Amino acid sequence: MPVSSWADDYDIFDHDYVANPFPVWDELRGTCPVAHTDRWGGSWMPTRYEDVSAIAHDTEHFSSREVLVTPAPEPPEDGEEMVLQLGGEVAAPPITSDPPEHQWARRLILPMFAPKAVEKYEPITRDLCRSLVQDLVAAGKGDAAVGYAQQIPVRIIAKMLGIPESMSETFTQWVRGALELGATDPEVRQEAFKEIITYLFEEVTKRKEHPGDDILSELLAAEVDGEPVPDYHVIGTGILILVAGIDTTWSAIGSAIWHLATHPEDRRRLVAEPDLMPLAVEELLRAYSPVTMARVVKEDVEVNGCPMKVDDRVLLSFPSANRDPEVFERPNEVILDRAKNRHIAFGAGIHRCAGSNLARMELRVAIEEFLRAAPEFSLEDGATVTWAGGQVRGPRQLPVVFG
Amino acid sequence: MKVRLIDDKCQGHGRCYALAPELFESDDYGNAQLCGDGSVLPGQEDDARLAADNCPEFAIELDEA
Repeated sequence: MPVSSWADDYDIFDHDYVANPFPVWDELRGTCPVAHTDRWGGSWMPTRYEDVSAIAHDTEHFSSREVLVTPAPEPPEDGEEMVLQLGGEVAAPPITSDPPEHQWARRLILPMFAPKAVEKYEPITRDLCRSLVQDLVAAGKGDAAVGYAQQIPVRIIAKMLGIPESMSETFTQWVRGALELGATDPEVRQEAFKEIITYLFEEVTKRKEHPGDDILSELLAAEVDGEPVPDYHVIGTGILILVAGIDTTWSAIGSAIWHLATHPEDRRRLVAEPDLMPLAVEELLRAYSPVTMARVVKEDVEVNGCPMKVDDRVLLSFPSANRDPEVFERPNEVILDRAKNRHIAFGAGIHRCAGSNLARMELRVAIEEFLRAAPEFSLEDGATVTWAGGQVRGPRQLPVVFG
Repeated sequence: MKVRLIDDKCQGHGRCYALAPELFESDDYGNAQLCGDGSVLPGQEDDARLAADNCPEFAIELDEA
């Protein structure tokens, strides 16, 4: 069914919207800043920075117990058995946690993603990027989404979890099942999560016998108030790291490459002025923020005149907030050295993306190494760029030619 | 010029220590802390402004005196 009105019948999976959502957000911010739809289980979508940021900070009225943009499928038939086996229901803490659990669940993982911890992974990220882009350049053309962006974060996350790189393809399929294909197909989503949980359960069991130098082993060794962290929590945090750390960052990398392929003046400037990288990375994150997160209303509340009721879903469109003209000058232009840039691509408030330092490092290194090997490239003539959207927006096919 | 960091607003976005590493650093959790007492030396003013203007939590204040 085509969308009748974006104000009260929006469809976050509409093909044209996924490819180019920006005009819709511009219109909504001006005419109906908190849109609503009955589609996909029903939701509200604020598009102004002020509202998105306010909700992200308001943990009193908005819960993170469901952060995916479409409702969770019915629990699997063997769900109760799993709860008994693992000692509790598997969520994805701390992203799905509310205070007070949120605080300790987050403190458990923050040191693993602090700048010093992330620095250790920069050399292997750089080697990986170099080898990937060399293969593409040698072929003269290739798909920068499938052959480059998609290959990077999954391998770094596998390394952090202590899982062999040979699992990368499987991980990629699981993550797409959980967030992309599964967003509109509950069976695909349920199956993906089930496979991830089963796999992580096996990995956790192995590490209890033979701890390694990896995040799962660290979580198993950790104590909260003198007690070990329960298995269902370790597995849940493993799910978060796996699911949230892969297609989000590959989407950001893909969008950045797309921008540089279609804006030769920016590409040449970045090649000529590499000192711009820290600001340029933030600007690309602002302009092409990949992630939209959901909240669930905890108690009735009014946002910008819209009455939200208990259990309503609210989509935090960080991507739209980051193009709000009230906050950003010339918001629809990429200005590589933009100096005032309070973007919230990684969210805001207590749920600020725990992996943002890792994502930022991967994005910076991926752009640096791509440009080093291929200072001149463009979209292939007549080739089709395809985009995924909904929860995470980014290119899924990005055919480029070099030289 | 001085920079002030409002600790309870900081959520560890890390923008300040990425853009002004001579003024801000990360603690073990990725939250920001001042490298010194917040004094901005001559030549560091632009980085101090960048740090303040890029904080999504408005956790950095400048004293331009």
